[in-house]
Amino acid sequence: MDSTAHTFKSNALEALGDTRLQDALGRLGHGFPVKRKAAVERMPEFEALRDAARDIKDHVLGHLDFYLERFEARVHERGGHVHWCADAAAARETIVGICRAAGARTVTKAKSMIGEEIAINEHLAAAGIEPVETDLGEYIIQLRREPPSHLIAPAIHLAKGDVAEAFRNEHKQFPGDRPLDEPRNLLDEARSVLRERFLAADVGLTGANMLIAETGSIVLVTNEGNADLTHTLPRVHVVVASIEKVVPTLEDATAVLRVLARSATGQEMSVYNTFVTGPRRPDDPDGPDEFHVVLLDNGRSAMLGSEFHDMLRCIRCGACLNHCPVYRSVGGHAYGWVYSGPMGKVLVPNLIGIENAGDLPNASTLCGRCEEVCPMRIPLPRMLRDWRERQFDRGLGPAPARYALKAWAFLARRPALYRRVTALQAAMLGALGRRRGAFRHMPLAGGWTAARDLPAPQGRTFQQMWSDRGGPRS
Amino acid sequence: MPSKPPRVGLFVTCLVDFLRPAVGFAAVKLLEDAGCEVAVPANQTCCGQPAYNSGDSADARAIARSVIEAFAGFDYVVAPSGSCAGTIKVHYPALFANDPDLAAVIDLAGRTWELTSFLVDVLGVAGVGAEYRGVAAYHDSCSGLRELGIEKQPRALLSSVGGLEVRATNGAQSCCGFGGTFCVKYPEISADIVDRKVSHIMDGGADTLLGGDLGCLLNLAGRLKRRGSAVKVRHVAEVLAGLTGQAPPLGDPE
Ligand code: SF4
Repeated sequence: MDSTAHTFKSNALEALGDTRLQDALGRLGHGFPVKRKAAVERMPEFEALRDAARDIKDHVLGHLDFYLERFEARVHERGGHVHWCADAAAARETIVGICRAAGARTVTKAKSMIGEEIAINEHLAAAGIEPVETDLGEYIIQLRREPPSHLIAPAIHLAKGDVAEAFRNEHKQFPGDRPLDEPRNLLDEARSVLRERFLAADVGLTGANMLIAETGSIVLVTNEGNADLTHTLPRVHVVVASIEKVVPTLEDATAVLRVLARSATGQEMSVYNTFVTGPRRPDDPDGPDEFHVVLLDNGRSAMLGSEFHDMLRCIRCGACLNHCPVYRSVGGHAYGWVYSGPMGKVLVPNLIGIENAGDLPNASTLCGRCEEVCPMRIPLPRMLRDWRERQFDRGLGPAPARYALKAWAFLARRPALYRRVTALQAAMLGALGRRRGAFRHMPLAGGWTAARDLPAPQGRTFQQMWSDRGGPRS
Repeated sequence: MPSKPPRVGLFVTCLVDFLRPAVGFAAVKLLEDAGCEVAVPANQTCCGQPAYNSGDSADARAIARSVIEAFAGFDYVVAPSGSCAGTIKVHYPALFANDPDLAAVIDLAGRTWELTSFLVDVLGVAGVGAEYRGVAAYHDSCSGLRELGIEKQPRALLSSVGGLEVRATNGAQSCCGFGGTFCVKYPEISADIVDRKVSHIMDGGADTLLGGDLGCLLNLAGRLKRRGSAVKVRHVAEVLAGLTGQAPPLGDPE
């Protein structure tokens, strides 16, 4: 996927003017956050569980090579294959190679953000292999040729009517006048189309919510069960996962699962939590003949030990998106690349370069709601500031803003001069605005006054008034 | 109360100094009524947050050093703002993590408090003698709430104000979209966020909006007034000190 993160500002303006998108985002505000809150309140030990989950991942990140090698050894013991890929191109090549060797014509896919990150669908298609998304939301956006707009709800930006329209346009095998008004109609139709695709697929491609070093298992979490059909039915199962997904033991994995579902959707547990270990064994009733794990680095190892190290604890629950005022205003697509919301603002510059994603760390009020709800206690606002510092040090960002900041800092460092300048400005603005109480227009502050009045100053600064009163200074 | 009154240096904050001196005088009155000896160092400007949040750490550190100097010798430094107090208490130590001045910074951070939390948590003030007729919504500003845990303190003090009812409002703890330089860099997104917030306030039926941070209140008042709302916006200190006569509500004419 080509990034439009560099045009965040205009993307955001477009999103603000899109009434259908705004309706969809309005529904999000009442959904996930309310359910998460209820789930957390039902669980008194939730905060302790967050600490435990954080500690597990911190420990893993301190010994990543050890756990990855152990994971690899276990996968081998079970008859599976592990492919180490340094970047997106290597991962794509590996996956296309496995599909080709299997003579694959179609590949069913369970939702995978890593799949999005490496743009695997485009590359499979270019190799003459048809990818078929099987998560309902992901299937819908595939039909619409759009990227996902949310980590766990990829079609959250759409309304029922948009889905019906996509189905009518793409499912030409059904009568054009069939009823598609109810969610039930849409679900039944998707199910009947996907059932055939599941049965016909040669390769099943999934992501992984976790990799378990102790057993060589991968963990798949869904609410639709589509990942299970994706990995059990075809002859070959390919897992694509980034390296930080590994956890030491089964018990660690369950600790993470308990915070994941509650943070994501407010469920105690997701509906399907599947642990997959290797290919089919002789007396297994089903399962693939081949089992491959593609381990992707793509910039992660460079984050280890940097100020963005903690970001590698992320479990992609989406809570930070659901609670972010900026995400609520502009939706996921405005961020311009695979990951959006607060976690995207930190992660994307790491993956595609800060020079290509300069707005992202700046487009935040630093309100701290994301860190407050993040199950892994990732200090997202701190890392947004770290990106800003790097940008400032490298002279990135619009020049007028830098000059304005420098001019202000010059004054702020000189209290006597500052007092004179502010007294003068307060007097001027006070005289102009006091009678009405606020300005409706203000030169240089047009962005503010386009939608807001600017309350007028009282006319004299506190420092002047304190001096007049002869108030103590020390 | 100890035998010697605590010596408090008022950190006025740049917004109160420039836009709303009434809040500064209200803070002084509240502190004096609680038995403090209050002084206002002349050599203060701003806590440096705009520089800090813009990645300009060198300027932020230089400004922080002048704050340390201006407030040396006070038992406490009190600011009528959770945002500025949070910068000093929480962010200065991070900014100086690898700096020889870290000890002085930690000392300053330990002495610095937001006004309502200082009154309740440090001085143990249980109530004030003020009167205010009205029904108020309270806006929890993000840095006060999430960096300093300020939530109950202003409400506890307001509950002692005669004639005032504080009503819980939907979204009281969600960001107003001000965000310091954010509202300048991304005015349209900021406007969208504040509009949602203001809708909650207008639906809640309060006639007054109170809060502890002037930045948020300017933003909220600006949008309320543009939408033609009669809701009166004031800093919580003005009501607690009974000094609402000094200046009209934010954004309202004299
Ligand atoms: S940063 Fe935290 S809240 Fe956001 S997706 Fe990752 S784990 Fe979830």
